[in-house]
Order: sequence, then structure tokens, then C-alpha cells
Amino acid sequence: MVESVPAKYRFESTEKGMLLHLVGDWSYSAGIPAVPPLLHHINNTKTTTIAFNAEQLQAWDSGLMTFLIELIDHCKQNNILIDKTHLPQGARRLLKLAYAVPERKGARRTILGQPVLAKIGTVTIEMHRSWNDMLTFIGDMGKATLNLARGRARLRLSDLFYQIEAAGPSALMIITLISTLVGMILAFVGAVQLRLFGAEIFIANLVGLGMAREMGAIMTAIIMAGRSGSAYAAQIGTMQVNEEIDALRTMGISPIEFLVLPRLLALCITMPLLCIYSIFMGIFGGAVVSAGLFDVSFYQYYLQIQDFVELKHFIIGILKAAVFGVLVAGSGCFRGLQCGRSASAVGFAATSAVVTSLVLIIVADAIITVACQVLGV
Amino acid sequence: MSQSTHLQVKNLTMAYADTVIQQNLSFSVKHGEIFIIMGGSGCGKSTLLRHLIGLMEPAAGEILINDINIWDTTVDERIQMISRTGVLYQSGALFSSMTLGENIALPLSEHTSLVSSEIEKIASYKLSLVGLAGFEDYYPSEISGGMRKRAGLARAMALDPDILFVDEPSAGLDPISAKLLDRLILELRESLGTTIVMVTHELESIFSVGDTAIFLDTDEKTMIASGPPKQLLTESTDPRVRNFLTRSA
Repeated sequence: MVESVPAKYRFESTEKGMLLHLVGDWSYSAGIPAVPPLLHHINNTKTTTIAFNAEQLQAWDSGLMTFLIELIDHCKQNNILIDKTHLPQGARRLLKLAYAVPERKGARRTILGQPVLAKIGTVTIEMHRSWNDMLTFIGDMGKATLNLARGRARLRLSDLFYQIEAAGPSALMIITLISTLVGMILAFVGAVQLRLFGAEIFIANLVGLGMAREMGAIMTAIIMAGRSGSAYAAQIGTMQVNEEIDALRTMGISPIEFLVLPRLLALCITMPLLCIYSIFMGIFGGAVVSAGLFDVSFYQYYLQIQDFVELKHFIIGILKAAVFGVLVAGSGCFRGLQCGRSASAVGFAATSAVVTSLVLIIVADAIITVACQVLGV
Repeated sequence: MSQSTHLQVKNLTMAYADTVIQQNLSFSVKHGEIFIIMGGSGCGKSTLLRHLIGLMEPAAGEILINDINIWDTTVDERIQMISRTGVLYQSGALFSSMTLGENIALPLSEHTSLVSSEIEKIASYKLSLVGLAGFEDYYPSEISGGMRKRAGLARAMALDPDILFVDEPSAGLDPISAKLLDRLILELRESLGTTIVMVTHELESIFSVGDTAIFLDTDEKTMIASGPPKQLLTESTDPRVRNFLTRSA
């Protein structure tokens, strides 16, 4: 077996020009000599022809090929002739293949970065387009809901029941855990302060009001944005990638009625129910902390809640949950329909759906809270 | 070109749970050979390919590459085996979040100690081999299906593999692009001596590039013919093989 020698080259001046001897193992794993010193030497000698001698060449792979391509490109630019006759046959064939299709004019991207102004412009145009898309989506959703009210929407009941099951009962475990813990945290944080005034009994007011008016609806909405909103975006986005949305459109079926409406209705129905459940779980969590750590019995806690937390607070919370349901489902479906046609676009759609939902939830909550304040409820 | 055995399959049985797809498959592929796996839709061609590249474990039997059982290797042997194997998937399977250059650079940065400038040079060279010079910064979503397949081939060849597995190279391509891809595969074999195992049911590809072929049958759940494709066409007495190769019902 021949001992492997590291790749090296040496040049020899001949009558015809330069003869380049390729010696040793020219595999990239063995290391390939740098090309610039050779190019420098070629420029200095002002040679007009380069030929090769590969008699001492051992193994070779893409390492040799990249070396040769760099050398040939330089020679082409400087009108130096290259004689490939004595290169290995495989290498000659590969060179022929590599130069068979010339680089398409304009294919190479020379400007990788954009000027700041161009970036701002691009983002602005994108935002404008996105805003238009959103308005169109809201309009389409309104139209589909009207069609549903008239009994003309193409809505499959089996889809609706499936979506209700996926968004409702399947989410109970996570709602139980999060809501109970939020109730316990509220009770604990409030109790530490109220204890200073000997007013631990008001933990019930704090937890009851907090959960009923705000936290029940918000926590449910956040959970559903992460759980269902992102799932809607990913499902519809994947359908977009697989051209299923196009198939629906070409069959004359509105994707809004067929895909968005069942999901929208499912969240409109399940969100208020999950919110009620979340409120009671939060109140229960508060009761456990009150009774366990602050000498407020379950009965005292219950009476305090009954006296102080009126039905209207529950109703406001439940109405908020219904609004949040529309926003979560709408954001998820909208981002899914906006999705590009690649795997990474689906991931982006899911992330974007969650972010959009959370922003809309907080904005809507602020608006409803101010409206309630103005209306005195 | 060495004619020793590169890949050997011994009494292979493939199954999904209790459902047997193909059984008692035995064949061998020589170094530098273009080996065709053919058969009708649903006969288990792609499943066989998934077994050969180690994505599915055989229900029974052995798969040996250079006399090493691919399911009985050390971690080092496995890594070595992976770095000497290239796979071109039916869809190209390019990573959509990466440019073509990055797609080709990925196996190089994973399995070699080359610096990034050298990796970039090799990626550009591989793209030029498949006629995509200058497309390093394009994302897969920005190019056509045929170009994606060629870029997939460039990625499969990134590590100069000894053996290349190709799944339905012509699927979804127009006849001219399919022919160009076949020619490219043939040229790569001629230049590098790479062993190529190709799953296809395109007759054009089978006759133009295949040295040896096997025919898998859905009903018998095994291989019912093997040999050079043109010889199978003229000499096979099995009507299923003849019908397949002459496109008659």
C-alpha cells in the first residue's frame, strides 16, 4: 500500500509555459494547499499556458476540484491557457460538468443587506399589505357569519363538534392547573398586605373580584392563544403549504366558511364556559390559601364572596371571554391563511398567531375595562 | 472501477407492525453500479430505500454496506457510514429556512473540520456541478421544483459519498428536466465512481441509467425478477415484469 503524502504542488517552467505537478493526497480531509500563493507566482512569471502532471497524485475529491476551479477562474480572467489533458479523467469530466451550465446572468445576489431607508420602506409596505389583508379577512368573516345566520354557510357540523371538543374538554386540565395557581398567588400576595391591617377576610373580595372580572377571562384567553390559536395557524398554514386551501377555492368552497367558521364558533362557545370554570378554580385556589395559611375558614370565605362579588362581575368576565375567543380564533386562522408555502412559514405563522392574539387580548381588555368604567358597571 | 460488493441485502423482511410489505429480499450491489429498484405503486420501493439508508429497522434479515451490518455498528462506524452515504429524497427535502449554500454546507460542517471559507467553496462547486452556479443565496422556496431536486442532489453529493441513494428522481419533473437529471446522475457516477441505488418506476430512467434492476411485486410481496433492465425486457417470461417494462396492461 502506498503511503499517503500530504497534498502539495510544485511548478516547473517548460518551453510551453508552466507545468504544475500535483503530488500526494488531495482529499479535503487531508488538507489542500492555499491557492493565492500559486496565483501570485503565476502573475509574477507572466506565464501564458499551464499544464498539469498528475503522475504522483494519490487520492483526490472535492478538495482538488475547488483548487482547480479557483485556478481555472483566475486563468480565464487573465487569458492564460489551461491544458487539462493530464488531469485524472474523473476530474476532467467533473470540470466539464461544473462549467457546462454557465452562471445565469443576474442570478448571484450581490446586495445582501438593504439600506435602512429601504428596510423602513419594505416594512411599511408589508404592514400596509398586512393591514389590508386583515380588513379583508374581517370582512369575509362578517360575510360568512351572515351566511351562517341565514343558514347558507357551508359549515360541517362534525367539524364544529370536533373543534369544540379539541378546544374545550381537552383544555380542562391545563385550565385547572393555571387558574388554581393564579387564585392561590392572588390570595397569597393580597393576604400579606391585608394582614398588616388585620383584614385577611378581604382576601375573598380580592380573589373573587380579580378572577371574575379580569383574571379568569385573561388566563383562559392566554392559554387558548398558546394552545388553540397556534394550532389553528399551524393547521391552516400546513393546508396552505399542501395546496389544500387552493383546492377548496377551486372547488368554489370558501375557506373562511369551511375552515375559519367552525374554529371561530368553537372558541366562541367554549371560551365563556372555560372562563366560568377558570373563575371557580381561581376562587377555590384562593380559598385553599386563605383557610390553610390565614385563618379564614372556607365558610367565611364563601359568605364574603357571596356578599361582595355580584353577578355583573361574572357576566363582564364571561363576555370578555367570548370577545377574546373571537380574537384568538380570528388571529390563528388569519395567520394560517397568510402563511407562506414552506415549513418555516408554518412555524412563523404559529408564532405570529400567538403574538397577535396576546396583543389583541390586552388591547381589547383595556377597551372593555374603560368602557365598563364609563358605563359604571 | 472495482466490481466488489458494496451493498448486500440478505433475506430482508420489511413490515409495519404485523403487516408484511416485502419478504425474503436478497440482492447485492457492486461498487460503481447503478442499481434500480422498480415495481408498481405501493409495492414497497420507498420502504426498501428507507431500510437501506437506516431509517427503518428490518423485521428480519440483514443489510450490509462494505460487509458491515448497518444495524450492528459502533457509534464511530455509524458516523463514518453516514458520512460516506448520500441521499436524494423525492421532494429534494431541502431545509426551507436555509439558503442553498447553507443546505450544502450543513453536512460539511457537521462531518468535516473544514473552515467556513473552504466549505463555501465546496458548496459553490457542488452547485455548479448541478447547473446552479450563483444560486448560493437563494432559498428553496425561491426556485423551481427541478432546481430544488438538483440542489438536493448537490447536497447529497456534498461529502463525496461512496454510495448515493436516490428516491424517484424524475417524480414531478417534465421529461426534459427528468432526462437532464438522469444524465447528471450518470455523469456523476462516471466521474466519481459512486455506487447509485435508485428507486424509480420511470421506464426512461430505468433503461437509460440502470446497470441492474430488481422488480418488487405487490401480490407476492417479494422480488420476482432481477438483472440488467434491457435483458429483463427481452428475456423475462414473467408477464408482470414484461407488462411493467412495456407499459402494457
